[in-house]
Amino acid sequence: MCLAIPAKVIEVDKGVGKVDFGGVLRTVRLDLLEDVKSGDYVLVHVGFAIEKLDEEEAIECFKIWGAYGDTRA
Amino acid sequence: MEIHELKNRINDPRVIENLLKAIRKLSDRIGPVRIMHVCGTHEHEIVRFGLRSLLPQEVEIISGPGCPVCVTPKRDIDRAIFLADRCIITTYGDMYRVPSNSGSFEAATSEGNDIRVVYSITDALDIAANEDKEVIHFGIGFETTSPASAAVLIDQPRNFSILSVHRLIPPALSFLLSPGEAKVDALLNPGHVSTIIGTEVYEDISKKFRIPQVVTGFEPADILLGIYMVMKQINEGRCEVENGYKRAIKREGNRKAQKILKEVFYIKDAEWRGFPEILDSGYGIRDKYEEWDALKKFEDELGDFVYEDQGEKGCRCGEVLRGLIKPEECGLFREVCSPSNPVGACMVSSEGACNIAFKFG
Repeated sequence: MCLAIPAKVIEVDKGVGKVDFGGVLRTVRLDLLEDVKSGDYVLVHVGFAIEKLDEEEAIECFKIWGAYGDTRA
Repeated sequence: MEIHELKNRINDPRVIENLLKAIRKLSDRIGPVRIMHVCGTHEHEIVRFGLRSLLPQEVEIISGPGCPVCVTPKRDIDRAIFLADRCIITTYGDMYRVPSNSGSFEAATSEGNDIRVVYSITDALDIAANEDKEVIHFGIGFETTSPASAAVLIDQPRNFSILSVHRLIPPALSFLLSPGEAKVDALLNPGHVSTIIGTEVYEDISKKFRIPQVVTGFEPADILLGIYMVMKQINEGRCEVENGYKRAIKREGNRKAQKILKEVFYIKDAEWRGFPEILDSGYGIRDKYEEWDALKKFEDELGDFVYEDQGEKGCRCGEVLRGLIKPEECGLFREVCSPSNPVGACMVSSEGACNIAFKFG
């Protein structure tokens, strides 16, 4: 139930955003977030963006566990 | 970087293997541990990816009350069904087949009531805008879902109200950790609930109950990282709240969503299916928004609503939700109770522990 799917914001228009779930487009409400811009990644739950995703943090968090930067090895 | 690339990098086999190595090493040092998660999506992903089979035998992962559908009391479903003869009821899909005393939303629909499944509460608003009949949205869900309910009430929609059955996670954690309940050594806290409430709210729980907690994401590597982090805390004798899902969660949570929640809801004691009433664990709608509170709007009609709990003979969903038994330990599991013929709520939702155990077990 608390499933939230990451999506890329394509357009923002008055509190509503068009987002891309890897090819599937949908409009979502942006009421719960401040300053969402096109190009941001957000987590979407029941039609609302609930948080922005921080890509840098994701990479940083798992850096020590893998051989990042050497993905073809 | 696109989302799928990020997922691939996080779940790189080398990352998984390194995490497992570290977990095995810690397990040798600390011996048997019981780690509870309280999120249906965590259980689903743990079982789907077979993560339990990769862990040392001494590391036991148990499922807590993380499925909002499963903890919704039958009384509330019956109350909505009672109002269905004069309104359109909208509900999230997981709720549709959950058994109550008077049947289920599905059974009530087959009897001629208009009960519709929606993906978002905004779909319920669209229905209200296009129909003459009143629309009541059955508002289930934890802190992840309740801000959406709050946000639409701020817009004061026409023809629309919410029956709020929203619940809060931290009070349930305190209940579970109170003496006599499930014996757990550490908690994996729910990632998406925490996007809204943050990690700070769990700090008192760690202090009071001396328990390590890690807020955990949903990729296999996220879940293994959460397990590693709580085991590391156990090994070092720490009882803290740590964030294993920093790409989505801030310590203070989503302040804007919290403000919207506070504007619309007040906190009240609430019943959970399988639990006694839990202090400060439910969201009621404030008087300012009573025009959109189905309990107030239909107060006169609900005066005739009578509820008498009939129980389900032999069903042990309550104990499953409290982490006291595994689904397979219930005498009805698989024999009498199955997803096509569910007895208890945990067998219905795709995030119910019994449904997951049936599907993948």
